Order: sequence, then C-alpha cells, then structure tokens
Amino acid sequence: MNNKERSKAYWKENIRYVLILLAIWFAVSYGAGILLKEELDAIKIGGFKVGFWFAQQGSMYVFVVLIFVYVRLMNKLDKKYGYDE
Amino acid sequence: MNNIFLTVDVQMWTYILVGVTFSLYIGIAIWSRAGSTNEFYVAGGGVSPLANGMATAADWMSAASFISMAGIISFSGYDGSVYLMGWTGGYVLLALLLAPYLRKFGKFTVPDFIGDRYYSKTARIVAVFCALLVSFTYVAGQMRGVGVVFSRFLEVDIDTGVIIGMLIVLFYAVLGGMKGITYTQVAQYCVLIFAFMVPAIFISIQMTGNPIPQLGFGSQLADGSETYLLDKLDGLSAELGFSEYTNGSKSLTDVFAITLALMVGTAGLPHVIVRFFTVKRVKDARKSAGLALLLIAILYTTAPAVAVFARTNMIETVSNKSYASVPDWFKKWETTGLISFTDKNNDGIINYVADETQNELKVDNDIMVLANPEIAKLPNWVIALVAAGGLAAALSTAAGLLLVISASVSHDLIKKIIKPDISENGELIAARLSAVGAVCVAGYFGINPPDFVAAVVALAFGLAAASFFPAIILGIFYKRMNKEGAIAGMIVGISLMLFYMIKYKLGWLDEELPDKSEWWFGISPEGFGSIAMLCNFIVSIVIMKFTKAPPEDVQEIVELIRIPSGAKEAQGH
Repeated sequence: MNNKERSKAYWKENIRYVLILLAIWFAVSYGAGILLKEELDAIKIGGFKVGFWFAQQGSMYVFVVLIFVYVRLMNKLDKKYGYDE
Repeated sequence: MNNIFLTVDVQMWTYILVGVTFSLYIGIAIWSRAGSTNEFYVAGGGVSPLANGMATAADWMSAASFISMAGIISFSGYDGSVYLMGWTGGYVLLALLLAPYLRKFGKFTVPDFIGDRYYSKTARIVAVFCALLVSFTYVAGQMRGVGVVFSRFLEVDIDTGVIIGMLIVLFYAVLGGMKGITYTQVAQYCVLIFAFMVPAIFISIQMTGNPIPQLGFGSQLADGSETYLLDKLDGLSAELGFSEYTNGSKSLTDVFAITLALMVGTAGLPHVIVRFFTVKRVKDARKSAGLALLLIAILYTTAPAVAVFARTNMIETVSNKSYASVPDWFKKWETTGLISFTDKNNDGIINYVADETQNELKVDNDIMVLANPEIAKLPNWVIALVAAGGLAAALSTAAGLLLVISASVSHDLIKKIIKPDISENGELIAARLSAVGAVCVAGYFGINPPDFVAAVVALAFGLAAASFFPAIILGIFYKRMNKEGAIAGMIVGISLMLFYMIKYKLGWLDEELPDKSEWWFGISPEGFGSIAMLCNFIVSIVIMKFTKAPPEDVQEIVELIRIPSGAKEAQGH
C-alpha cells in the first residue's frame, strides 16, 4: 500500500466510526430526550420517567462514553496504519 | 445578637476563601509568565491532556453555568434540558469533528485556520469580525457576573466589584497569556467544582438520604412518606398552576432547534476551540476533549438535581406561609432585589402561583444557587464557598475570552494583515496591549451594561453556530470547498442570525417586540442559530459548485490535516 492509499483507507475507517458514534449521539439526545420523550415517559425507573431522565441525565453520560470510545478506536486505528506517535 | 454573629461569620469566611483563592491565582500567574508569542497564544503547545481538560472545563463553565443554570432549570423544568444537552453535546462534535484536525493544522487562532484554509485575507477578516462579535457579547456578561457576585457577598457596589475583577484578570492574562490562563484555570476548576458539589451533596442527603445528587433527585423523600421527590414536585407545581415539572411548555420544534443551536454553537466558540491548540499531539487533543466533557458533566448532571431540590425547598418554605414568619435568608435577599413580595390581597400570606394577576412572589433565577445553602440551613463556610466558586467560574471564562480577543487583534489583524514584518517581540507587546484594551472594553460594558447584553449573551451561541461551524467542518471534510463558498456562507449565516436577533429578540425593527406567533417555523431567537447554520451550509455548497476549485497546495493541506501523525508545534508563519 502506498502512502496515498494508506491515508485514504485510514480516512474511510475514521469516517465510518464518526458516523456510527454520531448516530448514537443523535439517538440519545434528540431521539430519547426530545422526539420520543412522551412515549418513554410512560416507563418509570425509580422516581425517573425515562424520557425526562434521558434529557437531564442519560444523554450526558452517553456523550462522555462516546468520546472515550472514539479515543480508544482512533488510537487503535492510528497504530494499525502506523500513524501513532 | 446571635444573628449578627452569624452574618459576620459568613462575611469572614467569604473574605478568607476569596482571599486565599485569589492569592493562589496570582501566585500561579507569576510562576507561569509567557516569554514568547507561542507561549502567549497557545501556552507553548505542551499542556498535558488532563490539565487541558480541566482548563477547558473552567474556561467553558461561566458564571451562567455556575450561578444561573440550575435556577433556570428550576423554574422551567423539562424545558431546561435544552441547556443540559446543548452545552454538553457540543463536545461530542468538537472531539469527533474539529479538535483533532485543528490541532494537526497547528495554528494560533480560529481566524488563522479560516484564513489559511481558504487562502484569503477576506475570509480571515470576516472570521476576525465574527470572533470579536461572539467574544465581546460573551465577555461583557462575565464581567457583570463578577461584579454581581462581589457585590452580594462582599457588600461592595457592583462597579467596584467589576473593577476588582478587571484588575485580577488583567494581571494574569496580560502577564501570563495562554500559559498563565491555563494554569489558573486548572486551579479555578478545582475551586468551582468543589464549591458546586458540597452544597449539592449536603442537600441531597438532607432531602433524600442519598449522598449522590444525580441519584438523589430520582429517590424517595427521606421523611418516610415513600413519595418520590419528582412526583411530589410535579404535584406541587400542578397545585400552584404551573405546568408539570417533568413536562415543559415549549414546542417540540423549538426544543429541538435550541438544543441544536447550542450544541453546534458550543463546538464553534473560538475560546473553546483554541484550547485544543495547546496540547502536544493529535491524540492528546481527542483525549482532552473527553476529559473536559467528563469534568463538565460532573457539574451538569448535578445541576438538574440542585434545581429539583431548590424548587421543592423553596415552595415548601415560603408558599402559603405568613410573611411575618419568613426565615432570615428571605429578608436578606429581599434587600438585593433578587426576591420580592407584594401583598396584592393584603392577607399577609405569600401567594406563589402561576397566574400573574394573583402571584405575589418574584424570584430571580440566580437565587436558586446563591441562596440554596442558606435555604437548606447549611454551615457558614459552605455559604461562603459558593461566592469563591462563582468568582472562579466568571473569572476563568472572562480570561479565556480576553485571550481570543487579544490574539484576534494582535495576531490576525496586526501580524497577518496590517504589519506582516512585525518582530516576535513587537507582536508580543501588541498582544499584551490588546489584552489591556480588551479588559478595559469588557470592564466598561460590565459597569455600563447596555440593556441588550443579557439578551445577547445567550445568542452568542447562535452567532458561533451560524458563522464558524460550517466553515470549519467544510474546510476539513470537503476538500473542494473554496474561498468563495466559505466567505459567502459565513456572511449569509451571521447576517441572517443578526437580523433575526435584532427583529425578534431586541425588537429594534418594529414599534414593539413582535409576538411569538410571528417566529419563522415557530423557532425562537435562541434556536434560530440552527436555521442560520443550515443556510450557511447550503449557500457555501451552492456557491462553491459555481466557482473554481481551491489551488492544489490547499487541497494537499486538507489531505495532511486528516492524518494525525507529525503535528508540529504551532507556528506563526
């Protein structure tokens, strides 16, 4: 693989990760916290209605996890393509 | 007598805590003086991911996050979620779409990126204009916040408070530049998070027996009634005629639009982006974005719990109680004008209801955090701690913004456009002078706030979303994006946002402020940033299709920033 192909392949995999993670990002905040809030509020866990919980707690926990997952995936990807330092 | 003794004690505690934290900040500033432009703009580029994460968190969390946010949520219930999701979700965009690439690019400022990527002085000037507009609206609110906190806790007037704040920021921003700011922000993060969490944990234990506030507000009350706290608050709100706490009153479209505008705006704020120029490698930029969000989320997941505790506490303490028997804190905060009672039906009882014609109690958002420890009868040192925390939050954000302003002037305007042959030393002097100038302007607005400042601060996000975000994203992910497209997009985006703001938020274009029913697509000015951003994207892409592709060497730069290895120290040239 020459340099050009290598960077192309790397970029493609990166974009795939980003799209998957952003889909989850959208689902927990705009999905569970806003668009589906009413439906989810019918379910209760402890004192929390689930839709409300996603809007004021859950989405933020997922955001933090998403970034750290991205960090791990990218560190691995950098190694795979020899871009780590 | 006992009472006087108690107030003196809070006062003493406040002087001690504020004094100790301020000496700490000044000590750090002296230790971390900047000796070169590289150190002044990006702290030498060798900040560790953890230190950068803490500094970013303090930079980001302003007086609004610390003092006002829990109060706003307290009074708006579910609607307040837009701030929680909006101001944290932006970090995901920052980490995945912006920070690593901007770090690889290795420049000093956001207009630097725009100017080089779009090979154009015009693009750079448009970007400088946007950066100054966003940062000045934001910083004026911060200086005001410093003044307000000083005046409430140290009993000086607001103007004196602003001047004390100006002198402190002046000292460490001018002396230390980004380097001084970074390490004081690390200390400020520790102070502000401690000050926010201690009262929250105390109150959570008091009300629900659970020491973790995030779990506490979903628990049952500690009074043995087996009622869930949120159910009780929903009930109380309904009783008084408010909408249920866990259901908002904003439309779905507007909640969606505001959340999007705040997320994208967060990712486009120059004073946040520039923090990622200070780390060593691309992988450090990713990691410090994650750490920053983790540290921010500690406060942001606690705030909705504080909101619920404070609201329930307040309703129970004052609603339907006789005015003659209100606790001391009520009288004390009445003198500041943050809480007021007008006995409309002269029965001596406080009627707190949703109906404006019968409601007799007015409570400012800010009181929910500032007076919360007193309402919950916490020890004096905890009350004083809130003052130190509020000041840390306001000062750290103000300093970060001032640096963006001074760098835009000394680096982007003077060095890159007006006088390219300026020496390293000359540029450093120019940077320090612009910082002094910026502090003075910010202080002036803090002392004489134009009445539109408060209204406009919230819209700084809309402005950032409408201008920078599309230009940066397209610059990284769309190789063919050219200067014509980007410039047109930025101009259309920011003009549209300014127009909407002036028409529907400030009401300058009509006799009076137009009614909500006239909003486009039912979207409030706060949420309009998302529409303006979409227009920016569309205009950029359409114009780009009809104009010629960027030069080969620019396209090569884009290829290069996509690869993480070989990020050099930030260069001025």
